[in-house]
Amino acid sequence: MTGSRLARGGLIDRDQPIRFTFDGKRFTGFQGDTLASALLASGVKLFGRSFKYHRPRGVLSSGVEEPNALVSVGAGGRYEANTRATDVLIYDGMVARSQNRWPNLDFDIGAVNQWISRFIPAGFYYKTFFGGPKLWLLYEHFIRRAAGLGDAPTDVEVDAFDHRAAFCDVLVVGAGAAGLAAAKTAVDAGARVMLVDQDASLGGALLRDPATMDGQDSAAWIETIRGQIIESGGRVLTRTTAFGYWDHDLVTLAERRVESGQAPGPSGLVQRLWRVRAKRVLLATGAIERPLLFSGNDTPGVMLSGAVRTYINRYAVLPGRRTVIATCTDDAYLTALAIEAAGGEVVAMLDSRPEAVATSEIVRQAKAKFPVHFKAQPVRALGGKAGVTGLEAKVDGAVKPFACDLIATCGGFTPVAHLHMHAGGGLAFDDATGGFVPTAPRQNQISAGAAAGADGLDAILQDGWAAGAKAAGVAAPSPAPHAQSALPEASGRGVDYTPAEGVYLKTAFVDYQNDVTAADVDLAWREGYRAVEHLKRYTTLGMATDQGKTSNLVGLARLAKAEGRPMPEVGLTTFRPPYTPVTLATLAGEAVGVHVAPTRRLALHEVHAAKSPIWQPSGYWMRPRAFPSGSETLIEAALREARAVRNRVGITDVSTLAKFEIAGPDAAAFLERVCATTVAKLAVGRGRYTFMLREDGLVVDDGTVWRLDETRYLLTSSTGGADRMVAHLSYVRRILAPTLKVAVASVQEHWAGAAVAGPLARAVIAQTTGIEPPRHMSVIAAEIEGVPVKLLAASYSGERAFEVYAPSPRIAPVWTALDAAVRAEGGAVYGLEALELLRIEKGHVEVGAEIDGRRTPADLGLAKMLNPRGGFVGAAALQRPAFQAADRLSVVGLTSDGPIPEGSMLVELPEAPPQGHVTSGGMRLVGDPEGGGVALAMLKGGTARIGETLLAHSPTRGQTARVNIVSPHMYDPAGERYRD
Amino acid sequence: MKRYSAFNLFRGGLDGHKSWTRAWRAPEPKAHYDVIIVGGGGHGLATAYYLAKVHGVKNVAVLERGWIGGGNIARNTTIVRSNYRLPELQAMLELSLKLWEGLGDELNYNLMFSQRGALFLGHSDSDMTRLAERGDALRCHGIDAELMTRGQVARLIPLLDMSPDARFPVYGGLIQKRGGTARHDAVAWGYARAADALGVDVIQNCEVTGLKIVGGKVVGVQTTRGDIGADRVGLCATGGSSKLAAMAGLKLPIECHNLQAFVSEPVKPMIDTVIMSQSIHCYISQSDKGEIVLGGDPDMYPTYAQRGMSMRIEEVAAQAIALVPALSRLRMLRSWAGTTDMSFDGSPIIGSTPVDELYLNAGWCYGGFKACPGSGWLYAHALAKGSSHPIAAPFSLERFETGALIDEAGVGPMPHHR
Amino acid sequence: MMLIPCPHCGPRAAAEFTFERPIESIVTLDATPTEAVERLYTRENPRGPSWELWRHAYGCRGWIKLLRNTATHEIVDAAAIEGAA
Repeated sequence: MTGSRLARGGLIDRDQPIRFTFDGKRFTGFQGDTLASALLASGVKLFGRSFKYHRPRGVLSSGVEEPNALVSVGAGGRYEANTRATDVLIYDGMVARSQNRWPNLDFDIGAVNQWISRFIPAGFYYKTFFGGPKLWLLYEHFIRRAAGLGDAPTDVEVDAFDHRAAFCDVLVVGAGAAGLAAAKTAVDAGARVMLVDQDASLGGALLRDPATMDGQDSAAWIETIRGQIIESGGRVLTRTTAFGYWDHDLVTLAERRVESGQAPGPSGLVQRLWRVRAKRVLLATGAIERPLLFSGNDTPGVMLSGAVRTYINRYAVLPGRRTVIATCTDDAYLTALAIEAAGGEVVAMLDSRPEAVATSEIVRQAKAKFPVHFKAQPVRALGGKAGVTGLEAKVDGAVKPFACDLIATCGGFTPVAHLHMHAGGGLAFDDATGGFVPTAPRQNQISAGAAAGADGLDAILQDGWAAGAKAAGVAAPSPAPHAQSALPEASGRGVDYTPAEGVYLKTAFVDYQNDVTAADVDLAWREGYRAVEHLKRYTTLGMATDQGKTSNLVGLARLAKAEGRPMPEVGLTTFRPPYTPVTLATLAGEAVGVHVAPTRRLALHEVHAAKSPIWQPSGYWMRPRAFPSGSETLIEAALREARAVRNRVGITDVSTLAKFEIAGPDAAAFLERVCATTVAKLAVGRGRYTFMLREDGLVVDDGTVWRLDETRYLLTSSTGGADRMVAHLSYVRRILAPTLKVAVASVQEHWAGAAVAGPLARAVIAQTTGIEPPRHMSVIAAEIEGVPVKLLAASYSGERAFEVYAPSPRIAPVWTALDAAVRAEGGAVYGLEALELLRIEKGHVEVGAEIDGRRTPADLGLAKMLNPRGGFVGAAALQRPAFQAADRLSVVGLTSDGPIPEGSMLVELPEAPPQGHVTSGGMRLVGDPEGGGVALAMLKGGTARIGETLLAHSPTRGQTARVNIVSPHMYDPAGERYRD
Repeated sequence: MKRYSAFNLFRGGLDGHKSWTRAWRAPEPKAHYDVIIVGGGGHGLATAYYLAKVHGVKNVAVLERGWIGGGNIARNTTIVRSNYRLPELQAMLELSLKLWEGLGDELNYNLMFSQRGALFLGHSDSDMTRLAERGDALRCHGIDAELMTRGQVARLIPLLDMSPDARFPVYGGLIQKRGGTARHDAVAWGYARAADALGVDVIQNCEVTGLKIVGGKVVGVQTTRGDIGADRVGLCATGGSSKLAAMAGLKLPIECHNLQAFVSEPVKPMIDTVIMSQSIHCYISQSDKGEIVLGGDPDMYPTYAQRGMSMRIEEVAAQAIALVPALSRLRMLRSWAGTTDMSFDGSPIIGSTPVDELYLNAGWCYGGFKACPGSGWLYAHALAKGSSHPIAAPFSLERFETGALIDEAGVGPMPHHR
Repeated sequence: MMLIPCPHCGPRAAAEFTFERPIESIVTLDATPTEAVERLYTRENPRGPSWELWRHAYGCRGWIKLLRNTATHEIVDAAAIEGAA
């Protein structure tokens, strides 16, 4: 009563035994075995437990459509849950465990769910668990622990995954007879071909059914074609699944370099994601066998007939000694002959068709060897977790028992049309196959072979051969090749969706993994969930890890029957990527660790790093936030640095600012379209503050503009808005004002910059350049340490200040010289935190704080600076009534005795709704009272409320400050510190 | 409508569940209704329910061109929360959240509404300040929000990468404990069943092909199942708003984009809270079935294809693994995409149109699911009273003309900058 | 992902491009407030072919007009917008 390894045959390598464990027990298999075949060979029947009812389950299939035999493999960072035992090759040291059972597979507490199964049909949870959200959290706690299949992973990744792009003329998906034939014709026609198959070996069904292909033994034929593809410069990938077909013939592949849980080779690579852009995509993806509906069709020992044959012929495993075969096609007769040849007993063939239509040669041969019953259907499988013990079947109108330990079923074959559908292709229902076949392609896909509904090896071969030629853009060459199966031709066409009368529907499983029975489909229909998507979502049919490969059509057929409409009218759910599940790490590829997002470093990064600053991420940039000395905290350092600027001098890195050179006769006109202020009036060598509006009239960025000479300007704007500004300037130049004679170049990264600020800044500049520093809002050229620099006199900090720009590769000596001069004057380097303290006190608005994308110029106190002639981006949309409302949020300053929490709400009382919020929280740096809080804020009614007091209230931080509303210009409002 | 209860479920078990009846009828359309709602998604069905339940307006039809709940109610990532920044959105979503809290029991349909918390992670001091600001704004409006320290976040989500040199180091977070998830399909089915029980006609496979307008007033609709008269028509069909509005000669501030999401194969519990981030656009949760639900950025161009770029899925996977490294070897099982109605300030449009008796509910961008109950409630108010409830009033169609925009992200009119 | 036919560079992956806006939404610099609001805030939003402005941002940085089908993503037509980058 056990499966066994056949003494001879199979494609496994008996010279390479492999040792592995399953649920702690040691087993041996051979190189080439899947976990399923190796365990079946050792007589294992029980592989897993179903999701809801914890019914004992064996192996149903031999491929990716497997719904039952899900195992956990690997350990630590290599642990992979929910691995199909039929889709993982064994390797030495493999550790596999069954899932969803406790304490063990054989004795699973969860099996009690079977006793209450009648009370927990599909969708039962919608009808109960009431009592409010708190009670639901309690129920949910237990539901979540019962749900899920494999254990949750806990470890971090230890191996590598990568991405590769490839281009080819023809991508052939599937290396069965059709795919191989197509690849050959395409290569013969000179096309660059890529051939991929999810299996470890090429051949598809040829690995199961021996045949002569175009005069050669199929193994030789396959090898010839593989060699031909490689020699022609093409690519052949095994263990590679095409899982998604995207726009414009982009196909993504997941290549397994090692098996689940297995340590990688020297490259460290576990899987590779390929992005293949092909001119044509040849879909030779085959067809998947359908199970039959009968009671207990999920008992261990009930298997798809083709799978039984695969285990015998490919893996040299006979899964049972005494087999009953139930079928509606000729194909299953091949299984009968294979069982016989392997020394097993075919107890009976149950063919649901009338004898009059089952007249092929293979049936005739079978009738001579085994008992064959026509118009016969299975009714009930007998047995349990130890496996099948028998089958009751409807034969000649009566229910007869058959003793057996294996039931092989064939309900027909469904073409695999998933990729075709991803690519927007149409499907048509084919009555002969009982499934949907591809019709009109939307992109450059061509389907061939069983995937296109072809039947019989010869027809499949020719279909592939013709399709390959079509894909390569040539006429199909003559003569056509032929295939000859070792056994008589056996058609796979047949349909049997209707279970026999008397089948107990509550154990006739449609979706095995999710425990969806025929009774559940009927219940869903009764309750009105009659659209195919409603059926799927209500019952969860097709939503398990096998994605409905064996259940979608069976469920659809039952629904159509209940509806009294043909299947194509009821429709099909949409197939979407992935065809089979894809590891997240494969999708991520090399974008792990620091590479998940880029990091932009300053040209002076190393120079700053030597002082161990606290770094601040600013978008992708890393910028120094403060340079604590000794045991200083962040705020202590920032205060020291900011006071150095106020009292002596400081130097800071301003390289990240967006910078643009605008040149040409129409440069000023161009700038006056981009900026909302005037520009044309600037004299050569002079600069001004400016700001830019978005097209909707709201302030989006600010900066400075400088006239370098007659027709050359420099525009600076915020770091955060740099990428947007590049696009925006290009848009204005190319689309809105294409007739202007102007050129625009971003020099953000080309020029690095330092700002030197403070009462002693002039001395620093004079000393390092040897020339008279420019007066406020002027620009001149100079040299520092032999490096040409631009000197801009502008103040962001509120002190006299100069921005020094040099070409990035040459900034280091410039910085060093300036830094030395600064320190010689008793100054310090300062970071972003100090810069914030300085500008907040001064009342300068900033992108990201006050400029939050919702403010008009008036809100920010900038209305007076608007260019009265208009004509700039945003001018028109600015004229909207809500923008003139009196109660808009507008910018004010706040002062307080203590700190004012940034982000806090401005309220009259702690419980009242906010009238504004604190956008920038700072501190009074000098003057009286030193150390008091200052801030900038947005407040309804804004500057009209100067003189009032409010609370700056932060319930989340438990902080409240009483604040005075003042003008935002809290430090040196007249600008005496830097005006000439 | 047969009551759902553990008791009736038990009885059903004894009779093979034969006596459960249709959750909602399949009536033929009548010749005329007081109100027609065009679109049988989450919002449309909720609207019909509240019209009947709150306002006693029962002569209502919901016309759905396909199967109810086939739009974005079927395609979202199930997150429910009200922790937005702007007061208008806070008020609307908090109204919605309060309705969520009693909804399953009210509809007698288990929505699996799980208030397990919706957490925003902060990855820098600046992030934390932004989160505090959001939290302060919420608390001042009486909505729950709490800051969490690094340690508290780590205890809540042990599998988060808390190492200081992570690409996105976790500094802390802001949590709305009353936020969480719900079973999206159940919302559509629950509202449909309850509305149907109150007398609303839920009509599937009925596509509106034209609006009948006489003298500047809508008087009915043309459909694939014949003409139907109505005193008032409420458009409520994401993905179809522009097409429907064009039938009335209106051009809307709507552009349709695409948002993808995907789930992993199911595993035992590993993430109990909804994880979102202040700076990364990836969001992560785990369904009651055990599947990890992942979403991220949209595709950034107009489309009706309900199909996206593989690149976006790859980005989401990379970001998710960066946040929760243990996700690495899970497998993407199922992906999908939805067509989003992008409005030009990121906020929805609820209210009247220039055509008399024609109302519009549209523009929900990516945030429609959490708003189902609130949107339905407010839209029902508008359709019953002929004017907007104060909470809905700011979301008028006119605001784009007047400049009274509600732009939470502050990025302006281009949807792909959102 | 889509292959965008850049008139200068040939067909390149959409990842190299940014979608900028539908052509109908361009607000000229001399637009009146009413025109500006209409162009910015109303869209035909068709399910079908639509003229769009795209930029080869990570390639030649040129601007192109695309006639692209928003339902099928088929690119029906493409034209360069002349002038330097």
